[in-house]
Amino acid sequence: MSLWHRLYHGKTIPVLAVVLSLVVIWYAGAVYLNKDTLISNYERNNVTWYTGKLIDDAWSMERPILPAPHQIAVEINKTVFQKKITSKRSLVYHAWITTSATLLGFAMGGVLGILLAVGIVHVRTLDRSLMPWVIASQTIPILAIAPMIIVVLGNMGITGLLPKSIISMYLCFFPITIGMVKGLRSPDVLQLDLMRTYSASTSQIFWKLRVPASIPFLFASLKVAVAISLVGAIVGELPTGAVAGIGARLLSGSYYGQTIQIWSALIVASVLGMLLVYAAGVIEKLVMTRMGYRI
Amino acid sequence: MHRPLEPEAGTSAMTELGKPVIEIEKLNLIFETPDTPVHALSDVDLTINTGDFVSFIGPSGCGKTTLMRVIADLETPTNGHISVNGMTPAEAREQRAYGYVFQAPALYPWRSVQKNIMLPLEIMGLPKAEQQERAARNLSLVNLEGFEKKFPWQLSGGMQQRVSIARALSVEPDLLLMDEPFGALDEITRDHLNEQLLRLWDQTGKTVIFVTHSIPESVFLSSKIVVMSPRPGKIIDVIDCNLPRDRTLDIRETPEFLEIAHRVREGLRAGHSYDD
Repeated sequence: MSLWHRLYHGKTIPVLAVVLSLVVIWYAGAVYLNKDTLISNYERNNVTWYTGKLIDDAWSMERPILPAPHQIAVEINKTVFQKKITSKRSLVYHAWITTSATLLGFAMGGVLGILLAVGIVHVRTLDRSLMPWVIASQTIPILAIAPMIIVVLGNMGITGLLPKSIISMYLCFFPITIGMVKGLRSPDVLQLDLMRTYSASTSQIFWKLRVPASIPFLFASLKVAVAISLVGAIVGELPTGAVAGIGARLLSGSYYGQTIQIWSALIVASVLGMLLVYAAGVIEKLVMTRMGYRI
Repeated sequence: MHRPLEPEAGTSAMTELGKPVIEIEKLNLIFETPDTPVHALSDVDLTINTGDFVSFIGPSGCGKTTLMRVIADLETPTNGHISVNGMTPAEAREQRAYGYVFQAPALYPWRSVQKNIMLPLEIMGLPKAEQQERAARNLSLVNLEGFEKKFPWQLSGGMQQRVSIARALSVEPDLLLMDEPFGALDEITRDHLNEQLLRLWDQTGKTVIFVTHSIPESVFLSSKIVVMSPRPGKIIDVIDCNLPRDRTLDIRETPEFLEIAHRVREGLRAGHSYDD
């Protein structure tokens, strides 16, 4: 296929068009939001100003209300590519701190979510007693409960990675439980009758039918869960006064009005989230192909 | 007459032909539904002998599938007596006395053809080598050698149903229960599979119970045709069908065939199957 053909029919042009219009709106927004501060500064210092100068200044303030995209790009370049990754000023270092909490929380959430689902599917009492609690747990705002978890665990002498991971787990087990319950219940009457004609035991039905049938459901919820567990880890870093991690960068950025730092941490966090979801998608594809599912 | 090629251990019923394998007396099944109870089977009496090929024929809702599910212990009768191989259906199921072929192939999509056939054998805990040997043997029985590694979605509907027959046969049951196995297939494929099934029956000497709503199919395949009628589901007529075991599709043009088909149709008419 020719390049032109691919561009014309592919996703590249629509995506670029959206990105371009967002950038234009962003630049305009930067001028609009920063202009009041600049104008009052000009007036206080009796500086003569004109529109061109205002726009130039609006896009290069040190502590803008909304930084311009290129300022964020420069900051990200500086903190991601120009610093050694072991440096406390490197965003890669902070991203890794958050990622490790995310992955641990995701793993714990995965185990918890799957165990809950297995219990709910197999034990009638659990189905009725547990499910309301599982749902209720998600209606409590995480920002309210996160500091409590940190305080309680800190009192028990547990600090560092684990409290953040627990908050992350708290958020991400939910979609896994829901998806897994649906997946384990997905075999149809025919598939179950077949097992009955073989006089299969409950555990044989579980391993040979319910588990393989649930895999597509599991991966669908894992992709949601991994993104949520990143949010959980970042939220977990906010009330701890953590010195490292994406959350810590957001926090210190807001203490000192470093909007550029905040925005670059946000962008790095979203790229990180996309990478995690993408990785889950790659693993999904590998597993599903291996299992013979048609993709 | 051609007799079983593979007499298996523990299938004493097979050694004596004509011995009753299924005996049903005064069997009733009433489904409790929220509004009115549904009388799915009413006073059913039926004996099926070893080596028989028995078709249940009747319109939708006549209870033919339900009757077969009772034999397979997938439904519990409300009252009456039923024995399978001299046992209750539940005991027969636990001893894996039958293979069941459903209306749809019901293959597990994450298993290759070979692994699908090995599923019941894994559950029975047979050694791996025997599982593979039985899978290969039964795949060749349904003319599907070389498809071991394929996944269900790579096969046509007819091939999938043949895999499900091979899977039922791999258990090596005395009794094969088939619930409209070819209902969803086109007529050409169905004819072809009917011939294959007949040859299979002839070679293995199994007892087959076959649910259908096609008159030609039932006459072509069976040694005994059970005509049923709905509301309440009951047996109207049991027709012996003594066409030669090595019959081919051409037999459908013969007067003997047409005569039996006529009698089946008469039976269905007597049961008011053409009322609406």
